[in-house]
Amino acid sequence: MPADFISNLYVFILAGFVGFEVIKRVSPLLHTPLMSLTNALDAIVVVAAIIIAGRHETRLTTILGAIAVAASFSNMVGGFVITDRMLRMFKSGRAKQA
Amino acid sequence: MNATALQQYLDFAYIAAVVLFILSLKFLSSPTTARWGVLAGEIGAALAVIATLFNPEVAQYKWILIPLIIGAGVGIPLGMVHMTAVPQRTALSHALGALSAAMIGIAEYYVGTAPVTRFQMGEIALEVIIGSLTFTGSLIAAGKLQEILPQRPIVYRGQNIVSLSVLAAALVLAVALVMNPAHSLLFPIMVIVALIFGVLLVTPIGGADMPTVISLLNSYAGFSAALLGFVLNSKVLVVAGALDGSSGFILSVIMCKAMNRSFTNVMFGAFGQVQASAGGKQEAKPVRSATPEEAAAILAAANKVVVVPGYGMAVAQAQHKVRELYDALTKKGVEVRFAIHPVAGRMPGHMNVLLAEADIPYDRLIEMDEINGDFPQTDVALVIGANDVTNPAARTDQSSPIFGMPILDVDKAHTVMVIKRSMNPGFAGIDNPLYYLDNTLMLFGDAKQFVGAIVRELGGGH
Repeated sequence: MPADFISNLYVFILAGFVGFEVIKRVSPLLHTPLMSLTNALDAIVVVAAIIIAGRHETRLTTILGAIAVAASFSNMVGGFVITDRMLRMFKSGRAKQA
Repeated sequence: MNATALQQYLDFAYIAAVVLFILSLKFLSSPTTARWGVLAGEIGAALAVIATLFNPEVAQYKWILIPLIIGAGVGIPLGMVHMTAVPQRTALSHALGALSAAMIGIAEYYVGTAPVTRFQMGEIALEVIIGSLTFTGSLIAAGKLQEILPQRPIVYRGQNIVSLSVLAAALVLAVALVMNPAHSLLFPIMVIVALIFGVLLVTPIGGADMPTVISLLNSYAGFSAALLGFVLNSKVLVVAGALDGSSGFILSVIMCKAMNRSFTNVMFGAFGQVQASAGGKQEAKPVRSATPEEAAAILAAANKVVVVPGYGMAVAQAQHKVRELYDALTKKGVEVRFAIHPVAGRMPGHMNVLLAEADIPYDRLIEMDEINGDFPQTDVALVIGANDVTNPAARTDQSSPIFGMPILDVDKAHTVMVIKRSMNPGFAGIDNPLYYLDNTLMLFGDAKQFVGAIVRELGGGH
């Protein structure tokens, strides 16, 4: 079993626990923005797509990489835009009167 | 700058991105700080993307910049969709995330630099199977939510056996590839089989289960990204994927609990179908109905009103009329609050977003556990387009298919008013004894028009 696998497994398990503790505290009020925000963060796979496309090894891998760049970057941009739009709508009663 | 120093700078950029991602989710714990969360996420993502462009492995930029521009061109409109379209947009977003994860995994298999080891093959195969099935599964879910595909579950005899055999076939192909990664012909077949399984997985799942399915697909999309991080030895992907995966998982668990159902039951139970056959034999029982004038008079005389919104409110796009009703009643000194069931609507938090869009302050939106104790002191519970989440049979009738599901106890309010198109049973086809209670008034009509008519009677609105 490669050493990289073990260190990645450590990171995965710790990040899973951090995620659990942080997300548990998200108000149910914001569950929809939570989902669109995590989608935007998950779109960080764009960095892997950039490297695959950028290496320019074979035509096939460049095409697959380019599709992945477009798909994940649209997810990233769209996810942040809609999350911000949603969160701007959430106003408290006091803020409204002010 | 030499290559090692550059690599270190890139690693620091990724570490900063990871910290910002965790902070981003932490800021989401309260609506007052939530927008900081978006900013933190954006800075982290921008850092990681810009750093990657400096990676020495990148040999050409044309096929990076063109897709980035296309991605931004597609992403901005996807971020600007109407709030009522958020559930299908979310499903589409899971599909795009899974698509890119699958594409990268496939590319990694075909990269010619070094032959794939058996261990790497196992990682790639698992990653590509999960990514592919999440891609097609999410597309089907988006199609159902957009109502391009039928919302009711589509079931046939022996369905579970067929679906599980297809999954087994994909796994057998994966094992064969691990035994001999050079069997390059098997790889595309495995991808196609996984894509088919995604379709089979979601097709039998119906509308009322959509909140659970969307959450589950969210967690699959996250875990496929984390697995990709294992394949590429990229810690930033492992962390982002683990965060997204655990978020989807937590939401799935919350949704399942809110329906008193298990994961396996959601995935293989085909909710709605069984009960639809049980319906129909109900004999006509008397119900009391009321006009908008009568409803307005009762609401105006009340001290405390609780509005219970459901998917019907979203379908009728009645949230803005509901806001006018809220304003008109608040002006008359009536205390109006909203009771939000976790599975009301088609995705977690759906009702909160629609009501926030209509400018209803979020401190008026109360969770089920918090508001249930208040119903006995509530003068009027106004149910708008919600059905199963208010069904008292879930508390009392052991033979009911939803027995045990936590519900909003609207039947304990002094008066219950239910806006509903007709007496036809709701999505799941379960009869709702709430409608025949002595303290229940049925308000027959379209939610938007009926609420509008009440508002006119109250002397508000436009």
